[in-house]
Amino acid sequence: MRRFVTKRLGYAVLSLFLLSLTIFLLVRVTGDPAALMAEPGASAEQLAAIRKNLGLDQPLWIQYGSFMANFLTGDLGHSFYYNAPVLDLYAARLPYSLLLAAVAMAFSLLIGIPSGILAAVRVGTMWDGAGKVFALLGLSMPSFWIGLVMILFFSVYLGWLPSSGAGTPLHVIMPAFALGWYFAAAHMRLTRSSMLDVLGSEYVKLARLKGLPESLVVAKHAFKNALIPVITLAGINLVIMINVAVVVETVFAWPGIGRLLYEGISFRDFPLVQGIVLLGGSMIVVVNLLVDILYAVVDPRIRLEA
Amino acid sequence: MNMRATAIALPSRIAGFRLGDFPIFPALILGGILFVAIFADWLSPHDPQLGSLRLRFRPPVFQAGGSWEHVLGTDHLGRDVLSRLIYGARVSVVVGFTAVVVAGVLGTVLGIVSGYLGRWVDQVIMRITDTWLALPALTFAIFLAAIVGPSEMNIVIILGAVYWTRYARVVRSEVLSMKEREFVRLAIVAGCSKWTIMRRHILPNVLNSAIVLGTLMLGVVVVAEASLSFLGVGVPPPKPAWGLMLSDGKKGLMVGYWWLTVLPGLCIMLMVLSANLLGDWLRDKLDPQLRQL
Repeated sequence: MRRFVTKRLGYAVLSLFLLSLTIFLLVRVTGDPAALMAEPGASAEQLAAIRKNLGLDQPLWIQYGSFMANFLTGDLGHSFYYNAPVLDLYAARLPYSLLLAAVAMAFSLLIGIPSGILAAVRVGTMWDGAGKVFALLGLSMPSFWIGLVMILFFSVYLGWLPSSGAGTPLHVIMPAFALGWYFAAAHMRLTRSSMLDVLGSEYVKLARLKGLPESLVVAKHAFKNALIPVITLAGINLVIMINVAVVVETVFAWPGIGRLLYEGISFRDFPLVQGIVLLGGSMIVVVNLLVDILYAVVDPRIRLEA
Repeated sequence: MNMRATAIALPSRIAGFRLGDFPIFPALILGGILFVAIFADWLSPHDPQLGSLRLRFRPPVFQAGGSWEHVLGTDHLGRDVLSRLIYGARVSVVVGFTAVVVAGVLGTVLGIVSGYLGRWVDQVIMRITDTWLALPALTFAIFLAAIVGPSEMNIVIILGAVYWTRYARVVRSEVLSMKEREFVRLAIVAGCSKWTIMRRHILPNVLNSAIVLGTLMLGVVVVAEASLSFLGVGVPPPKPAWGLMLSDGKKGLMVGYWWLTVLPGLCIMLMVLSANLLGDWLRDKLDPQLRQL
């Protein structure tokens, strides 16, 4: 077990290293980093000051060293539009992103799991077909378009829901639905296939042989076991939701991290963009590590394999 | 002998290729979009970039106030929506197909090299793949676009650079199992060099998977391009792109000018849906696992 954890930890550290190196190099290779980091329309003196500040006259590996040292001490740079440290801005928006992701996840599970079970139990019937169509639509409709059409319908025509902003529970409904839609389709597909696996297993056959009513077999024996992979995926997806909400948050002017990223792009506030991307990537690396370790704790076969 | 070795796999591949359940509608829609994109210059009734402010926000013909002059209405600058949709198809097709090919070539080559050479080459390529997969694709693309600036060419390069990892993963795992198969071993015995084996014997056998993946990726890439354009880091205005039209459509959204929002999104959805259905069908037909049975 310890060997497994050490190995995975090593991979994660390596991933974080490569991630930071990629971002660091991309910024420096593709042009003048000072021009990216400077406010648009900065004077020659300001540019020179930034070059000095970033140490651009030093060898690359020293530059990278100070870049990493700053990152590890929580200094992600300074947003010139907000005139505040990037990390503070990030922390201020994170609760909104978490709220949106949590509600979107609830939506996606409430839709995805029951429809997945229905499709598996009634495999090959009309229900299964309807589920397939739903999953395909979910994977084919861009989330921001769903958001725009919902605004048109529920805000403009019906006037039921606020079209943008945050503050009341009503504000979160549409962005959460637009964000959760795609994931509902993914969760439905996984629930269906996982449920089909379990329904074909020996212990479900035994439960049926014992004469249990089919509803009890599905609810008590199959459902619980089929849920494990779905819950795992949902855990990873929650983190992904926080990081891919940029378009949905832009449509609904939801003040989360995605919106912050969009503002970073619009105001050409490069330090902000770089900080958000770096933090998002790190978050996913760490979550993947945790999931791997949790899996190994639960399932001994995995840690023996390593 | 080498030729024969590869040829053995071919007949079974073709024999399994029945057209009975060919997805007609998706193919027609995708073909239609392709047709419109190619002949946009003849099909488009107006100049997509030229509008008249006197004619702004005209509704489609079937709604009160609409006219046959602008069948699907006009946008906030009085530009013809139908013409913009037609030229938008060209952007989606060009960017979509090129980006899929760029990502496909890059990913397939790296996947073959990684899988066949193994050892440290494999380690290096796979660690990079893992790292790039850790970044949410869209966030990564936005980051790259923020560095290099918006243009159609840059979008293709960015999407290629972001999405090659999926091909690399799939192709590598196929190569790993193929490495142990008879025809590769015979080629080694026959004295073929590593590069010859990769090019002549491995590549033709992973092409199917790459093509299936490419079809499925087309939808992903089209949505990604639309998202980037929507956020203002994709195709630069005033060029007509569906994502850009959705972004412009926000200007008429709150007053209920539905055609500016619904129509471009519908086009994106139809293209993505068709590509996905076609990809699903291709996968069922060409899936190497089914083929090996």
